[in-house]
Amino acid sequence: MSEAAKPAVPAAPRAAGRAGRNTELPEHLKSYKHVWVFVEHDRGHVNPVSWELMGEARKLADKLQVQVAGVILGGPDEPLDAYAKEAYAYGADRCYVMRDPVLKGYRNEPFTKGLTDLVNTHQPEIMLLGASAMGRDLAGSVATTLGTGLTADCTELNIDGRALAATRPTFGGSLLCTIMTLAYRPQMATVRPRVMQLPRRDDTRTGDIVEMPLGMVETDIVTKLLDFIPDANRNTVNLAYADVIIAGGKGLKNADNFKMVWDLARVLGAEVGATRAVVQAGWAEAERQVGQTGKTVRPKLYIAAGISGAIQHRVGMESSDVIVAINTDPNAPIFDFAHYGIVGNAMQVLPVLTQAFRTHLDKRIRKVA
Amino acid sequence: MHIVVCIKQVPDSAQIRVHPVTNTIMRQGVPAIVNPYDLFALEEALRLKDQFGGRVTMLCMGPPQAEDSLRKCISFGATDAVLVTDRAFAGADTLATSYALAAAIRKIGQEQAVDLVFTGKQTIDGDTAQVGPGIAKRLGLNLLTYVSRIVEVDLDARRLKVERRAEGGVQLLDTTLPSLITMLEGTNEMRFASLDDMLRAGRFPVRRWNKDDAGIEDVSKIGLKGSPTIVSKVFGPTPRTEKADMQVVADSNPQDVTLNLLQKIFTTHPQIEAELVERLSA
Repeated sequence: MSEAAKPAVPAAPRAAGRAGRNTELPEHLKSYKHVWVFVEHDRGHVNPVSWELMGEARKLADKLQVQVAGVILGGPDEPLDAYAKEAYAYGADRCYVMRDPVLKGYRNEPFTKGLTDLVNTHQPEIMLLGASAMGRDLAGSVATTLGTGLTADCTELNIDGRALAATRPTFGGSLLCTIMTLAYRPQMATVRPRVMQLPRRDDTRTGDIVEMPLGMVETDIVTKLLDFIPDANRNTVNLAYADVIIAGGKGLKNADNFKMVWDLARVLGAEVGATRAVVQAGWAEAERQVGQTGKTVRPKLYIAAGISGAIQHRVGMESSDVIVAINTDPNAPIFDFAHYGIVGNAMQVLPVLTQAFRTHLDKRIRKVA
Repeated sequence: MHIVVCIKQVPDSAQIRVHPVTNTIMRQGVPAIVNPYDLFALEEALRLKDQFGGRVTMLCMGPPQAEDSLRKCISFGATDAVLVTDRAFAGADTLATSYALAAAIRKIGQEQAVDLVFTGKQTIDGDTAQVGPGIAKRLGLNLLTYVSRIVEVDLDARRLKVERRAEGGVQLLDTTLPSLITMLEGTNEMRFASLDDMLRAGRFPVRRWNKDDAGIEDVSKIGLKGSPTIVSKVFGPTPRTEKADMQVVADSNPQDVTLNLLQKIFTTHPQIEAELVERLSA
């Protein structure tokens, strides 16, 4: 085992600030400019998280008065130019494109080299990636190769001074913290799908393409992608994009009571969500978990039954249009950010609420018919 | 076969409380556990050891009390345990952590060459999933994240086939040893500790390495100094400026409270009602 390839830029003399912290940006990194978004795509589709990030990148770049660029790596037979056009529509001014047969289908090795080379050549100050299986794999690898700071799963991005202030939950989701990378570039961050809002698309926007070769051949790459096996139950649980979600927490006491959440969901044609504790207890499947370590959702209506509202859960659902909370504890944190609160036992309220919705909606549907 | 499994000792996050006034973490009495995601990595490593023989060496960076977590892993059947512990590591972010762990793995590899390194998918306290990739890059290992199944290991050909979770499906990947695997949760079930292993764990001499023992060459790359990220602020969540519209069941009855709620929601947000009716009529 040997030390991985060193970054092309020589390591700067350490600028240790107060208490050994790295606070001074060395001279040779001051020329790093512009905000980049890694455009994640696979088998013909761009992951919407890339466009959500493009909207954030636009806001950051406008504050810094710099440009936004999309980074697109893929095979020569993939529609990379179409992705670039979409990137402009969502806010990019430029796209850096690498086309190579070895970049078809994500693999860590060629993507790490490609993105690292692009960064070293074109020197962005900020780089954003989706916190997906691909984005996290790539971000961790590129940040280590470049020796720069990476903040995972941010829930808010801002500019403080001239640096990126990235806010994320910490301590298992009980507090928030703001993290900055002051003495290194680029400043890297990942954001989970649906945390940021999809920006309005403007197809009149245009931009330019800068191409760069990867400089790798298939025989250079150890890991081979033999096959892709699509999920059989694809889209059966589409929590992230659901319009109505009924979620249950540990306040429901047991798996049997959790079925009341399903009863209400059926009446409303809604999806079922759950807290981390509920998933760990086995009352609901892992793909139904809402929160920092589960899915982030933005439904029009979110009904939380027996959920206290720890940050872990809150960051996954607080962007919902209307939040209804049912909890026995009038001081539960969820009432700090719910729109409608019912102080009461969820086991008692849920069946009554289900019946009320059923009666009301039946009446309305009959009227429509 | 020599496998290194990296673990972290973490506070049981289900039991963390935040002080309501000062917004600080109340650490007293919060039990420390092996990061739950790491146990899937350990179980997978133990299965490979059952199949191919060899050793499973546990590695942890943390304070002296993290020894308890390593002992726990010995009780499940791991062969050896190394605790990398030094004040110089304090304040490390993920980049500085992967530097220290990579150095220790290189050192462990000098005793017997390492074929596989395992980590959990992420920790439950930091949730970053960055240390695994960091170690792999520093050691030049093939990186396999979010592995849901080890399909095949061919020790003679030194090849490895795995399924890796991706968006909407799994990738079937073929690569060579040595590799680093971050194991997905729910992929296996941790075995019960045998009585023999529990007794062995109790008296097991966990090796303690300081930064020199771990082969750290550049002290500017560990601890606070080696960490490019800086925590500039820690704070509690801010309540919405508008308070929730509250109803108390005990002051009324569930029927009136829910009817009231429906009326309020549908009056203020008629489009929610319209969409529900439209969807349910279809």
